[in-house]
Amino acid sequence: MSAHDCGSCSINAELARMGVSLDKVDRVIALAGNPNTGKSTLFNALTGLKQHTGNWPGKTVTRAEGAFAFDHVRYKLVDLPGTYSLLSASHDEEIARDFLLFGHPDTTIVVVDATAIERNLNLVLQVLEITSRVVIAVNLMDEAKRKNIEVDVRSLSRDLGVPAVGITARTGNGIHALLEAVAGVSSGSVHTEPLRIKGTPEFQRAISELGPLIESLAPGVPNARWIAIRLLDGDAEVEQALSSGRLVELVASQQETAQRSSAKISLQGTQ
Amino acid sequence: MSSSNAAAVLQRAAELRSTLSGQFRDETVKSIYAEAERIAGRASHHAGTARYDFDQRIDRIVTSPIFGLPIMALLLAIVFWLTVAGANVPSAMLASGFFWFEDQAAAVFTNAGAPWWLTGFIWHGVFRGLAWVVSVMLPPMMIFFPLFTMLEDLGYLPRVAFNLDFLFSRAGAHGKQALTMAMGFGCNAAGIISTRVIDSPRERLVAILTNNFVPCNGRFPTLILLATIFVGPLVSGAVASIAAAGTVVGVVLIGVVVTLAVSWMLSRTVLKGQASAFTLELPPYRRPGILRILYTSIIDRTLFVLWRAVLTAAPAGAVIWLLANIFVGDVSLARHISNALNPLGHAIGLDGVILLAYIIAIPANEIVVPTLLMVYLGTGMMTDDVSLEEIKRLLVTEHGWTLLTAVNLMLFSLLHNPCATTIITMYKETLSLKWTVVGTLLPLSLAFLVTFIVASIW
Repeated sequence: MSAHDCGSCSINAELARMGVSLDKVDRVIALAGNPNTGKSTLFNALTGLKQHTGNWPGKTVTRAEGAFAFDHVRYKLVDLPGTYSLLSASHDEEIARDFLLFGHPDTTIVVVDATAIERNLNLVLQVLEITSRVVIAVNLMDEAKRKNIEVDVRSLSRDLGVPAVGITARTGNGIHALLEAVAGVSSGSVHTEPLRIKGTPEFQRAISELGPLIESLAPGVPNARWIAIRLLDGDAEVEQALSSGRLVELVASQQETAQRSSAKISLQGTQ
Repeated sequence: MSSSNAAAVLQRAAELRSTLSGQFRDETVKSIYAEAERIAGRASHHAGTARYDFDQRIDRIVTSPIFGLPIMALLLAIVFWLTVAGANVPSAMLASGFFWFEDQAAAVFTNAGAPWWLTGFIWHGVFRGLAWVVSVMLPPMMIFFPLFTMLEDLGYLPRVAFNLDFLFSRAGAHGKQALTMAMGFGCNAAGIISTRVIDSPRERLVAILTNNFVPCNGRFPTLILLATIFVGPLVSGAVASIAAAGTVVGVVLIGVVVTLAVSWMLSRTVLKGQASAFTLELPPYRRPGILRILYTSIIDRTLFVLWRAVLTAAPAGAVIWLLANIFVGDVSLARHISNALNPLGHAIGLDGVILLAYIIAIPANEIVVPTLLMVYLGTGMMTDDVSLEEIKRLLVTEHGWTLLTAVNLMLFSLLHNPCATTIITMYKETLSLKWTVVGTLLPLSLAFLVTFIVASIW
């Protein structure tokens, strides 16, 4: 993969939209973001207009999946519900959070509205608490320009510790650079150091003690740190998932489907 | 995996939690926001002023704690005023056209030797029902819907939800209920379907049960007509239509207050719980697309509502004609029924005919006024002249209506049971017979209670 700045070359040189051919994908990419940030526009730009839609298991929330190939690697793109947060109890947030925790996406693209970065960062910081393989897509760059807002994606990238790419999903501008970043992060060739809450020394001590306990309880759990934070916060739902053994089931079922086939990634909601 | 192990982890987590300071959670949230502000400040710079600021400046006014609600009431008043002032003349023209046609057609039937009951049933029953509905409802809808759609298109409705949120959360309801309530102004059945945006089942049920307390399009013509006939003339000519519009706004505000009060009552009693937090995005203001507005408001709304009204008005017209022309002894069935309902009607400041009209109009609230006029006309003298003056003369001098009758009829119309479509929708959305019955009988009993109190203290 070349590292040159490819602002002008055709994205189709390397991007192939594969629509619904979800067989034999190499990597799974999750697409997260606030509502009204152009998430669906990016989804369509990457996968073409055909998409596989169904419901998330047990929910009436639409789940869209599509596929694309970039640089000879096949990707499956899973569109998560648009949410402002991953903390409170709406179905949408629960689905997005469970997929990030247990769906094991190789990379999560968080779409951010370039005209409202501060508001969008709340979700970004929460995603970074859960997973380190993140690429920030700063969308609506054209609208920001029209509103005289200058966005410095390098500053954003430096502060967040993950790649940030400015795009205009509507016109396809910047998508090539975004895919290069996704390829780098998902293959592991790009190292990320996500910004995480440090908290007080007591907080850090508590996390470092609880983390290993949770890992021994549910071996292979993707993010013990996040669960530890939720437990310290007194999140009743996470406590329940732990004591009922559902967390262990989720981790186990995840390991069974780790084949990256298009088999549905098992997400059991609370209902 | 043993659950005792999990219990040990939870136990340890609780112990560790107690080592953290009490405001740990608040501090975490605060530090996330501070972090976001810092990063965003570094990553984006706002150069110069633009539309962005313009939107924000408008929002600062229309969602301000001081001006927000008055501006909302004023906009509503303007919409109603334009509707009231604009609809009178075309309504009267349509009506006289239709009734001229009715007479001609009936004459043709009679001359051709058709039996009197056939002519009566078709032309003075079914057709008259249709004519009333079309001429009373079409002009106000043609004005009201495009105006309302324009507010919607501008992006004003989310601002309404924003303004009302604090009231709803204090009532223990979801802030988005303000949006589903706004949908209810269009159609209560649509409003009930729109409560799907509310996640919590408890708050959704509150929103469903109280949606009926805002008047839908079917009921607006009733309110507008009564306000125009009875309240307008109380003041001198020039401001009459303003007074009428103000009255309709007042009724709508009463509806909002009742919505809040009933929500409050429900969430303190049978549907106990706290209001949940939610995020509401104020989308940028957009220039409304005139063609699209005309399309959605005329095709999707006006014709849809009118068609539904026509479908129910035709059989209702037939029923009314039959009731008025089938005699038991030397009194018509309609008179029998309305006489039987009279004591109940008088107790709440109305009369038996009005209650009969409400019973016949259960399939669609649109036809209440046409129905009661037809019952009055059908049992009394026939008249072709349907100007507002003539309607008023008929109601006041022949049937003893007073201002109290008009006020109570407006209140009853605002509060009474939802129409059949809404009741069916309520059942489909809740899948519960119990809540459907509650959603039907709660408004009905409230309507009787309120009108009874008003009639007693008048």
